[in-house]
Amino acid sequence: MSNSQPNFVEAAKKRRDFALIAKWIGAGAKVLDLGCGDGALLGYLRDTLEVRGYGVEKDDANWLASMQNNIDVIQMDLEAGLSGFDDKSFDVVILSQTLQAVQNTEGIIQEMLRVGREAIVTFPNFGYWPLRSQLIAGQMPVSENLPYQWYDTPNVHLCTIKDFDEFCEKHNIRVKERFVLTNGHPISFMPNLLGSLAMYRLQQSE
Amino acid sequence: MSDSTSIGIVTPQVAHFSKLLTLKSGEVLPEYDIVYETYGTLNAEKSNAVMICHALSGNHHAAGFHSENDKHPGWWDNLIGPGKPLDTNRFFVIALNNLGGCHGSSGPATINPAKQKPWGATFPLLTVEDWVDSQARLADHLGIEQLAAVVGGSLGGMQALQWTLSYPDRIQHALLIASAPNLTAQNMAFNEVARQAIITDPEFYGGDYYEHGVVPRRGLRIARMLGHITYLSDDAMGAKFGRKLREGEIKYSFDVEFEMESYLRYQGDKFAAEFDANTYLRMTRALDYYDPALEYNGNLAAALARAKAKFLVISFTSDWRFSPARSREIVQALLDNKRSVSYAEVTAAHGHDAFLMPDPHYHNILRAYFRKIKIKGE
Repeated sequence: MSNSQPNFVEAAKKRRDFALIAKWIGAGAKVLDLGCGDGALLGYLRDTLEVRGYGVEKDDANWLASMQNNIDVIQMDLEAGLSGFDDKSFDVVILSQTLQAVQNTEGIIQEMLRVGREAIVTFPNFGYWPLRSQLIAGQMPVSENLPYQWYDTPNVHLCTIKDFDEFCEKHNIRVKERFVLTNGHPISFMPNLLGSLAMYRLQQSE
Repeated sequence: MSDSTSIGIVTPQVAHFSKLLTLKSGEVLPEYDIVYETYGTLNAEKSNAVMICHALSGNHHAAGFHSENDKHPGWWDNLIGPGKPLDTNRFFVIALNNLGGCHGSSGPATINPAKQKPWGATFPLLTVEDWVDSQARLADHLGIEQLAAVVGGSLGGMQALQWTLSYPDRIQHALLIASAPNLTAQNMAFNEVARQAIITDPEFYGGDYYEHGVVPRRGLRIARMLGHITYLSDDAMGAKFGRKLREGEIKYSFDVEFEMESYLRYQGDKFAAEFDANTYLRMTRALDYYDPALEYNGNLAAALARAKAKFLVISFTSDWRFSPARSREIVQALLDNKRSVSYAEVTAAHGHDAFLMPDPHYHNILRAYFRKIKIKGE
């Protein structure tokens, strides 16, 4: 029978962001991954850190894929908030490359910080220079992280690193740590121009 | 019958238990029978058993046919069989009729051995906990120490949940479908109307109608008609019947005029002809009483702390009698305990009845989950 387990650790070797997320999570932590897709990140965290992970996924096909990958997955719509989840009932709540596709951005980030002791948010940086240059050339940007055409994109809230920094400041959110990556390599010089993927470790300000 | 995914012909079996069963109410059943069916083959390790718990009006005949000429398969035949989501090529499936039932297990209509007449009103009221105890004894009888899974919808889901609390070491997986951690006041209210319909029927005779050679058919019929309204969604009823007139025009009468009335009367008549009113009363009471959080001051998470099983919880979007919100309460309590749980909210139009329908996504979920279950020795 199909009891064979996908090898999440092997598959994640191409995902530098997974390894960096893992650095921000303690072994055995209770983790909630919002918009978990097929469960690859949670599978990796479980197999490397033995986290007690749960995914949240709205889409039927993704939900089923997660379940088949032996991920505990809860079907619900993030846009309705995380009502039912108690305050600080998770060590970490993750929103991995999903921020740009949510409608109620402020509400979801606030819910993440309510339910989790910490939150991890990663998103494709819209300030990355190849995207800027596509816009200067007169077209909506398309890239590996943003593979959609303007007419079929699920992304509604694209932002830059500068935008998100301002967002955190305005909403009194503490940025504990930030990584910026391009093709898996860390970027520290002019990250908003040279960085393709932004990763934030967040906490509610006291 | 030539269908290769059908169990084919099955024969019910009866297990007699002569060891008394002390019930939650304090009453005692000195001895009792449980009628059951099994599908598939128990493996040498006895590690591949799955128990099916039935809901309000269910019974032990969950799959297959009783004879060559039997037109109607068991009530969950779309789920259980060779190659079906609950694959009997892999699992040994046990389905039983709960105590108090009217399909062969000891119940109000069976003979009380001490009195040599039907139990009638004297048959004790049973709880979900009592049923689970009797199911555990059936597992003992079959030599099964641990069940790979217990599956149930609605009231059956409550039994699957209670298995994880009464016998945490004897169940590996609990599948709770269209269920709830207790009934809301509104849900219990429907049960009360159903019971009142039966109890106030002049032919009820306080529950001892067997002696009078009658059955409270009118009451049971109305109870069932009410139930059917609550098992369907407004949309499903609209799609199925709408305001369709049976004969195309209004007749200014109280006969069947709308198609919906025809359906309800048919369902009511059919049920009243084959089901026992005393059983119906007891099944609804078991639903009302179930509340594992009660002794934990309403804290469901505390009540579920002793569960060790892995859980799959499924609800249906249009089910208002056992709404998704009630399933989410169970999921939340399991999350609080860091239990392994997956939860699917299946988009379905059929209301509570959806748990018996072969919706492709719903069945894919069950198929995938059963495939994931590791059988010891396999």
